[in-house]
Amino acid sequence: MIRKYWWKILCFVLLVYTCSYGFLVEVPSPPGVPLQQTIRNLFFHVAMWMAMMVCFSVSVVYAIKFLHKSNPVDDIRSTEFARAGTVMGVLGLVTGMIWANYQWGKAWTGDAKLNGAAIAVLTYFAYFVLKGSFNDEEKRARIGAVFNIFAFLMLFPSIWIMPRLVESLHPGGQGSEGNPALNPKDTTNAMRSVMYPAFIGWTLLSVWISTLFVRIRIIQQNKLYNE
Amino acid sequence: MVLMILSVVTDAQTAEAPADIMRSNGKIYVVVAVVVTILLGLFIYLFSLDRKITKIEKATNPDREMRL
Repeated sequence: MIRKYWWKILCFVLLVYTCSYGFLVEVPSPPGVPLQQTIRNLFFHVAMWMAMMVCFSVSVVYAIKFLHKSNPVDDIRSTEFARAGTVMGVLGLVTGMIWANYQWGKAWTGDAKLNGAAIAVLTYFAYFVLKGSFNDEEKRARIGAVFNIFAFLMLFPSIWIMPRLVESLHPGGQGSEGNPALNPKDTTNAMRSVMYPAFIGWTLLSVWISTLFVRIRIIQQNKLYNE
Repeated sequence: MVLMILSVVTDAQTAEAPADIMRSNGKIYVVVAVVVTILLGLFIYLFSLDRKITKIEKATNPDREMRL
């Protein structure tokens, strides 16, 4: 499956569509609403978070599989998907800071969701540091997998639950209805026709990059064992 | 390009929205062309990486069934 090309070509088509039509599609920009054209960041910044969640979910599934069956390939998959997920998370943070700088006045507003997202990504940095600190491969894989599960579970209170409980600059938050990330009132059907392909496209891209990481690591491991 | 547009946002309430300016004089298509070119370059790189890895895999495991 990871060597098949159809989903990679699909990824390419979806992203070309996103990056072209995403700039051309009509977006609602009622006067007085400060978002205006920057809502197009939905196709880019928000898509990063979607891709990150998918990568981290795949990573934790393989972590649990590894703890269950101790197949070293599962540990490699778990690590490399976490790696790609962390990259997407960092990109999400950076693109969010760029957007915030112009939209909200400063790059970091101390908003609950920003802090939560930073904590989430930092937890995964800690996962890689933890993994690097072990010399024994078996221990590294096993304890890494356990921490992976913890890091994944930390995503939910940090990013999804806490920001809904407090006042937030993100749409939603205390006192407002709806989802703190995707308010249906902010998107029209025309926008959704770009948004969902964008989510899928960027997710497929991060999955593709993860599979490349996995394959390289397997080649490296095989080389090590054959020496 | 996007940052250039966004730096005019503060005037957007009274003047015409900046991105509509880009669209009305057809220059938004320049932005699209630039971004798509970048994407094309990145994907060509990714595809060639993918094929290179496939080649190495075939070289190091010629008999074994290629499993996930």
